[in-house]
Amino acid sequence: MSILEIKDLVVSVEGKVILEGINLTVKGGETHAIMGPNGTGKSTLAQVIMGHPKYVIENGEIRLDGVLLNEKTVDERSRLGLFLGMQNPVEVPGVTNFDFVRAAVQAHLPQGQHLRLGKFILSLEDAAKELKMGSGLAHRHLNEGFSGGEKKRNEILQMKLLRPKIALLDEIDSGLDVDALRIVGENVTAMKSPELGMILITHYQRLLDTIVPDVVHIILQGRIVKTGGRELIAKIDAEGYDWLKAELGIETWEEPEKTPVSLGTCATKKPGPLRG
Amino acid sequence: MGNNPKKHAGETIVGEYQYGFSTETPSVVSTGRGLSRDVVAEISRIKGEPNWMLDLRLRAYEEFLRHPNPAWGPDLSHIDFSDIVYFIKSSEKVESSWEEVPTAIKDTFNRLGIPEAEQKFLSGVTTQFESEAVYHSTIRELVDQGVIFLDTDSALRNHPDLFRRYFGTIVAASDNKYAALNTAVWSGGSFIYVPKGVRIDKPLQSYFRINSERMGQFERTLIIVEDEASLNYVEGCTAPIYSADSLHAAVVEIFVGNRGYCRYSTIQNWSTNIINLVTKRALVESHGHMEWIDGNIGSGLNMKYPACILKGDYAKGTTISIAFAGKGQYQDTGAKMIHLGKHTTSKIVSKSIAAKGGKVNYRGLVTEGPHALFSKAQIECDTIIIDRESASDTLPRNVVQNFRGQIEHEATVSKVSDEQLYYLMSRGLTADQATEMIVMGFIEPFARELPMEYAVELNQLIKLEMTGSIG
Repeated sequence: MSILEIKDLVVSVEGKVILEGINLTVKGGETHAIMGPNGTGKSTLAQVIMGHPKYVIENGEIRLDGVLLNEKTVDERSRLGLFLGMQNPVEVPGVTNFDFVRAAVQAHLPQGQHLRLGKFILSLEDAAKELKMGSGLAHRHLNEGFSGGEKKRNEILQMKLLRPKIALLDEIDSGLDVDALRIVGENVTAMKSPELGMILITHYQRLLDTIVPDVVHIILQGRIVKTGGRELIAKIDAEGYDWLKAELGIETWEEPEKTPVSLGTCATKKPGPLRG
Repeated sequence: MGNNPKKHAGETIVGEYQYGFSTETPSVVSTGRGLSRDVVAEISRIKGEPNWMLDLRLRAYEEFLRHPNPAWGPDLSHIDFSDIVYFIKSSEKVESSWEEVPTAIKDTFNRLGIPEAEQKFLSGVTTQFESEAVYHSTIRELVDQGVIFLDTDSALRNHPDLFRRYFGTIVAASDNKYAALNTAVWSGGSFIYVPKGVRIDKPLQSYFRINSERMGQFERTLIIVEDEASLNYVEGCTAPIYSADSLHAAVVEIFVGNRGYCRYSTIQNWSTNIINLVTKRALVESHGHMEWIDGNIGSGLNMKYPACILKGDYAKGTTISIAFAGKGQYQDTGAKMIHLGKHTTSKIVSKSIAAKGGKVNYRGLVTEGPHALFSKAQIECDTIIIDRESASDTLPRNVVQNFRGQIEHEATVSKVSDEQLYYLMSRGLTADQATEMIVMGFIEPFARELPMEYAVELNQLIKLEMTGSIG
């Protein structure tokens, strides 16, 4: 059974602190949901666990089965058993989905062991069928021209084939219609096992109706401010986050102020005297 | 050697054979180093050419002297024309020993899984390469349809009238210094004639040429595709070709008749001691279509800009090219499209990669002439620069000389995208593997145009070249 441990994690992006001391432990067999308003650091948490170079760990540690991940490269983390289903999977022109997934599966095999192609093709076809993905998808270029729903299903396809120990799914429900959401939900639920710990990041109850979490965390202003059971989901769905802010004495969340940018000769309706 | 007082006249002119053959082969097999009128005349004499070709060669030699090096592009002033051997009779061409072939080249051969016989041919250890039975049946089928497929020297001997009607009419000796040089000293190359209405759909490969000679220094290729005929020709192979010659200057001329179609695919992969300067040009009649599929991986300095002259109305030109510049390499490549007829269309897709300190330029010229009304040209050139040591410039020139023409130009220069790298690495691929995959994807629009086995070899080659380019 695997265990992901995050202790006192402080993270900044371009000098700005986003996460201000996260503590979280996820074990194999558990499914955790992380909820919270926009801009509170949910995606940052997912990206920093995976090792995105933009995010800097200022303090704290991330461990997978006792191995410190802080200094591990992104690919090492993946091979250790971490998986991140991305919110916006990037398009890679010219690389077929098939070649990519095959390379990924190969990368997870022990050194010197070669992928058995026939077996791989069968498991790829099965996974695609279970996700109700068109058969042509394997030979299309990676995420290129995929609809939002296809991209998300393709993420789950990879997860099925890579069999991670800890999976983070970052807003896997966004861009999915009702049917696609059900398909993704069923597939993820079917993967639940004592060998897999999951973190679901989402805004909506919808996803959590199909993939039922054991624990729910709420992030506000870079901290996990509340941890509870499923009852939290319903409450947030009905009332939003204001009650929680009131309870914690947090000022109403404000969008960061956006400074207007002058675009050279373009007229900007900026109050006050024009720059001269 | 060299002290024999009884040299006859021929030997004084052309110098002695350089490589110490025994006295049992006394015939003159090399013109020695350096170029003069006499050397040019001697080449023509050895080949037993008709007078018009001798005259053409001599006029070309004058053009060569008259033309300076191009005032643009990479510096060529260091080429020492007096230190080059311009002609070695191919049947007696020296066979270098297998031991002399650089280990790096042998490694590449082995990693590409090229059979040993072929390896030896490619490295000049043997000068004859027979690809056995396949070629006889291929040739038979073609000959029955009236197709002529010969090396250029044999074509001049066997089909003098046809040859003379086309030779040098599209790339004139006066065109540029290196076209002039080629015309003066050319030897070898391919000659293909496809009669009216004959369509050769299977890729025809230079492997299958009768009397196959090793690719030479001053090759001359002439291809004539008559009206409504079609040809899909693949020149050479993707494997690295080792040659001790320092300068290669080839000329390729292609005629595409009305509603004719020609595709010419090649991947240039000379060893990096070579300066490769090639003039490639096609003339396309109305509704004809010329496609250049042009890969540039090898040579130290390479200048090559395949051109289409879209003469007839509705003529169409396509160039899809890649250039890869690795350590110590300078690829100055691109394409030219000259629109003369109405409703002519052209498309250029150029993919360039610079790694390990290589330099790669796209240099292009697209002209829509005064009469080329309603013409459309599309140019897409993309470059990936792998590391900080490498460099690239995009140097397009697009000219519309009428009020009804259209040119679209798109260019991108990028690093390997961080987000793409991150995504692939998040699935367990190392930085090297991920970069390689992104680069393979980048050249896919080119690779997919190649015959399958070429595409596979190309991918393996680029992977080899890329190895270790990420820190």
